[in-house]
Amino acid sequence: MVQPRAVPLGARSRSLSALLSLRDVWVEYGDKVVLERVNLDIAAGSFVSIIGPSGAGKSSLLRVILGQEVPTRGAILLDGTPLTPECGPDRGVVFQRYSVFPHLSALDNTLFGLECAQAPFFARLFGARRRAAIAEAKEMLTAVGLSDSMQLYPAQMSGGMQQRLAIAQALIKRPRILLLDEPFGALDPGIRADMHALITRLWTDYALTVVMVTHDLREAFTLGTRVLTLDKRRNDPHAPHRFGATAVYDLPLLKRAPAPVEGD
Amino acid sequence: MRWVNRRIRRGPAILLGALPILLLALVYLVVAASRHAVNPNDKILPLPGDMVTAMALLLQPDPLSGRLLFWADTLASMQRLGIGLGISTLSALSAGLLLGVLPPIRTTFGPLVTSIAVIPPIALLPILFIAFGLGETAKVALIVVGIAPFMIRDVAAHVAALPREQIIKAQTLGASSWQVLLRVALPQAMPRLIQAVRLSLGPAWVFLISAEAIASDIGLGYRIFLVRRYLSMDVILPYVAWIALLAIATDLLLAWSSRALFRWAHGAAH
Repeated sequence: MVQPRAVPLGARSRSLSALLSLRDVWVEYGDKVVLERVNLDIAAGSFVSIIGPSGAGKSSLLRVILGQEVPTRGAILLDGTPLTPECGPDRGVVFQRYSVFPHLSALDNTLFGLECAQAPFFARLFGARRRAAIAEAKEMLTAVGLSDSMQLYPAQMSGGMQQRLAIAQALIKRPRILLLDEPFGALDPGIRADMHALITRLWTDYALTVVMVTHDLREAFTLGTRVLTLDKRRNDPHAPHRFGATAVYDLPLLKRAPAPVEGD
Repeated sequence: MRWVNRRIRRGPAILLGALPILLLALVYLVVAASRHAVNPNDKILPLPGDMVTAMALLLQPDPLSGRLLFWADTLASMQRLGIGLGISTLSALSAGLLLGVLPPIRTTFGPLVTSIAVIPPIALLPILFIAFGLGETAKVALIVVGIAPFMIRDVAAHVAALPREQIIKAQTLGASSWQVLLRVALPQAMPRLIQAVRLSLGPAWVFLISAEAIASDIGLGYRIFLVRRYLSMDVILPYVAWIALLAIATDLLLAWSSRALFRWAHGAAH
């Protein structure tokens, strides 16, 4: 199923399934242009892989969507509402490294998101609310295959387990969109295949919308329902920084239908 | 086998570590004995027997004040050191966290902390004596002024160097600035704080003894500077050894508590 493209500007209607829209987004550092004229509509339930050469602004694009960075120009709309330039619980993220808290056990890492929301001052839950939160966290850890490792600290876990934990930690907040920044780049091939199966299953089970940056073409095409290639359209050999990258290829993949999003 | 690859097992390691200390003690005894053979009243290198006799006097009630001087000295010094370290640790934790986590605070107060840290604390001692008088406050204040800026900067730098990804991740999990500070930065600052206290123990003793040497009527530093006038090495040497012992015990206690409380920070032993 090809998602509708070129959603009219300012579209607020839910019937148009663009969950996230980028309108003429530019990212510049001083006079170095990293991204230029990026226009994108990402449909709910899609799995967008972003590929491109090093320095083509893949991670910049992700940081802009995440809210970690403010675009120099342009607007980013989530459900038609402009995003504040700050990270928030509507966008979950898994980085390649350092995504989990080293001082918390797997269970506490997963509880963190629930505790922050429910206990503004102490960021800790007690009694019945804590038991309910623990039950939810355990369910999420079981879903990512960490049911036997709940009391382990990240330093006691393998790289693959840490990424599973990072995913569980993000998903417990039920983010509108899950951003993955080369999440499996540091893992060895066997583990990576397991993680691909896991993320595909979670994407279907939780009806996720995923944006994943990767440098692995196979990964991009196996997992994604849509592959975006970022690169520079123009290049001035005497001033390579003067032109930024944008989406030069936008390939919807027909082999797999996006997970149905219902009742939302 | 190359020396860089040689690993010593635990048993031999203790033996090897004790060897230089025992050797040094032996050399001292030989030299002291030879000096006493020449001059039985030598005061510079007293024999262990002389030290025991001299210390026994300090362990009995003082004829003037009725106090047990050795214990009174120890208590007074440890109290000053404890209060000084306590205030420094608390301020390092609170100021270090604020400076490390909140960029506006860092921009505003960072230069101030840096400027205070470069002042030699002993140069401030006259100001402290003028401001706080010659009592306990000035001595504690010297310790605090001497070590707190270093500890604040150390904790702040450590917190500021936490991976950016962690802070971002916490925010995507709904954490506010306060929650990032409380649940992400504070626990990860704790092992480093204990490390900073351990590193500051040496300077803290230096400032304590300096303050006691200049103006005091009790304390370990006061005593050794007092008896210096009579060349009483038989008191000075046991006192120095006692100070070293107290310092080692404090250090070991801190190291042990860090391992016991923050297992995740110490190689996460299974």
